[in-house]
Amino acid sequence: MKMAIAKQEVRALSGDEAVAYAVKQSDVDVVAAYPITPQTIIVERFSEYVHNGEVDTEFICVESEHSALTACLAASATGVRTFTASGSAGLALMHEILYVTSGCRAPVVMAIVNRALSAPINIHCDHADSMVERDAGWIQIYVENSQETYDSVIQAFRIAEDPDILLPTMVMLDAFVISHTLESVKVLPDDIVRKFVGTRQIPLVKNHEGKLVPFKLDPENPVTMGPLDLYDYYFEHKRQQEDAMQRASQKIKQIHDEYGEITGRRYGNGLINPYRLEDAEIAAICLGSTAGTAKTVVDQLRAKGVKAGLLRLRAYRPFPAQDVTKVLENVKAIAVMDRSHSFGAYGGPVFHEVRHTLYDAATHPQIVNYVYGLGGRDMPQTLIHEIYKELQKILETKRVKKPVRFIGVRE
Amino acid sequence: MTEAFTSRKYLRDMSLPFCVGCGCVTVINHFLRAVHELGHKDLSKFVFCSGIGCAGWIPSPYFKADSIHTPHGRSIPVATGVKLLRSDLNVVVFGGDGDIAGIGMGHLVHAARRNLDITVVMVNNMIYGMTGGQVAPTTPIGTKTTTTPYGSFEQPLDVTRLVVAAGASFVARWTTAHGEQLKESLKKAVATKGFAFVEAVSPCPTAFGRRAGFKDVAETFRWYRDNSVPLEETEKMTVEELTSKIAVGEYVDRKIPTFTETIFKTIREAKKSEKTN
Repeated sequence: MKMAIAKQEVRALSGDEAVAYAVKQSDVDVVAAYPITPQTIIVERFSEYVHNGEVDTEFICVESEHSALTACLAASATGVRTFTASGSAGLALMHEILYVTSGCRAPVVMAIVNRALSAPINIHCDHADSMVERDAGWIQIYVENSQETYDSVIQAFRIAEDPDILLPTMVMLDAFVISHTLESVKVLPDDIVRKFVGTRQIPLVKNHEGKLVPFKLDPENPVTMGPLDLYDYYFEHKRQQEDAMQRASQKIKQIHDEYGEITGRRYGNGLINPYRLEDAEIAAICLGSTAGTAKTVVDQLRAKGVKAGLLRLRAYRPFPAQDVTKVLENVKAIAVMDRSHSFGAYGGPVFHEVRHTLYDAATHPQIVNYVYGLGGRDMPQTLIHEIYKELQKILETKRVKKPVRFIGVRE
Repeated sequence: MTEAFTSRKYLRDMSLPFCVGCGCVTVINHFLRAVHELGHKDLSKFVFCSGIGCAGWIPSPYFKADSIHTPHGRSIPVATGVKLLRSDLNVVVFGGDGDIAGIGMGHLVHAARRNLDITVVMVNNMIYGMTGGQVAPTTPIGTKTTTTPYGSFEQPLDVTRLVVAAGASFVARWTTAHGEQLKESLKKAVATKGFAFVEAVSPCPTAFGRRAGFKDVAETFRWYRDNSVPLEETEKMTVEELTSKIAVGEYVDRKIPTFTETIFKTIREAKKSEKTN
């Protein structure tokens, strides 16, 4: 049976405010956070909800991001719903605990406002902070605008806490471009969100006596979390994390679909968001807010008869390899846009992932890389046009002059 | 006759980033005046370390000197490294309360415990000012901040007393309304062998004063003046009487072995005994 689309209210929200509003509606038990520009508004708005009594949440202003995530990890281990937010140096300081959180299978949800890493100090957008954490065992979802931020945070609780998944999840929004830009955001009524996220379901695990007990810290049914685990079982535990990550692909799609039924909003299939790719010969691939600008460029090119398309990756972990291969099967020249760089590597991280995914593609597309927008450097339509122009040239000549380039930088 | 003081002599030709009424400017003036009165014609005998937050911008990039701007809270470990390599230089850390006593608190306690020969100037505005006014470990109870809209409810930390207890050589606290005393303490701090800590309670009109109900900076200054109690007088006061008061003065000035003295002495002796063996 198809559900009716819920009546939604339009609110003027910035990306940060959209996060706070989604968390407010998601019945979160514990929030611990430390301020860092440009994430602060999330925590400020949320603390207003807490102090106004609009939410039933324990809110702790801790002394560092390391403590923020540690507090959330511990709270999550007791079986409750937890949330934190950070970015840049704050996320880097959490690095150690990111692995502990995913290793303890604590489904913490975190909003990351993507900001460049020091030094030199820069508060503007690039993806270096979350890209370095792609191996930490967290699900990663990159959003395009404030509306998707709101939608994705709500979905993140369902994904992370699913008893088949139990993986912490981070939702990435671009600093300032999304975090501080006011947009019309359609929000659901509280009760519908509450029903959608539900209460956290705790799976049963075997305890030290072989008895099935809920997987949470509970004095009635004690379990040990995060102890010494050497070459005897560590490897199996890591393998289980990978298995959960593989299962997550399907789950992200399913939860995205279920949410789409209620709101009428969908972002591709939840993992990838293709734009005018059906008959495209050339395509760019990017994450985050750049997709908005790139879509306009694609429309302009299409109006001139150029068969251009765009692929936005929404999920980066788990990486939707099959979906990417399928959707690009007829594209002949591809430009991967990276808003971070792996110094000394052959191109940026998204380029590595995409190019290696398409290595076995029967069509053998030409794939080039553009590193762009570091430290908040603007990515205007003109530069995206340059990328598509280069793709057209590759299509004509079948030759790639320079596979990895930096664009929009003084050289 | 000694040359007349001008802060410009020690500053690069660029405009400062601070809000109107910010105490950081007062701290810059008094620190540079202290440096001048100690006879330094320039800052060539200094290295400055700072972290994140408004006070982190005091030396970097504005002082005509070597300075290193480090991640949030990490200025003291950086200063430790600098001091061990160049023990001949004055290593000075500038930071706010969030940086020094919040995220970087562990480093502060250990540097004081070791009696590491550096000077730490903590500009205490009682708030995370740069990020827009979130509650800090120093925020007085009841203060409205962006993360405590109905008033802070956590006990604030008396950082100065903590540093005394941890074992520093020199510790003082003044407000920016105590210009002359602050400058004299900064002079002593720079000249101190061992860990020197100066807390400068300082107004943040943008993120603190406005919400705390101060009409303008002048009112904050008057409040500082009227609510500061000389350290000697606080001994006779009850805990209730001391609430919302700032105990100002020089807390300790003691000669105790410093970190560099001890470590270099140990190395010298170890080398000597190796030779005799």
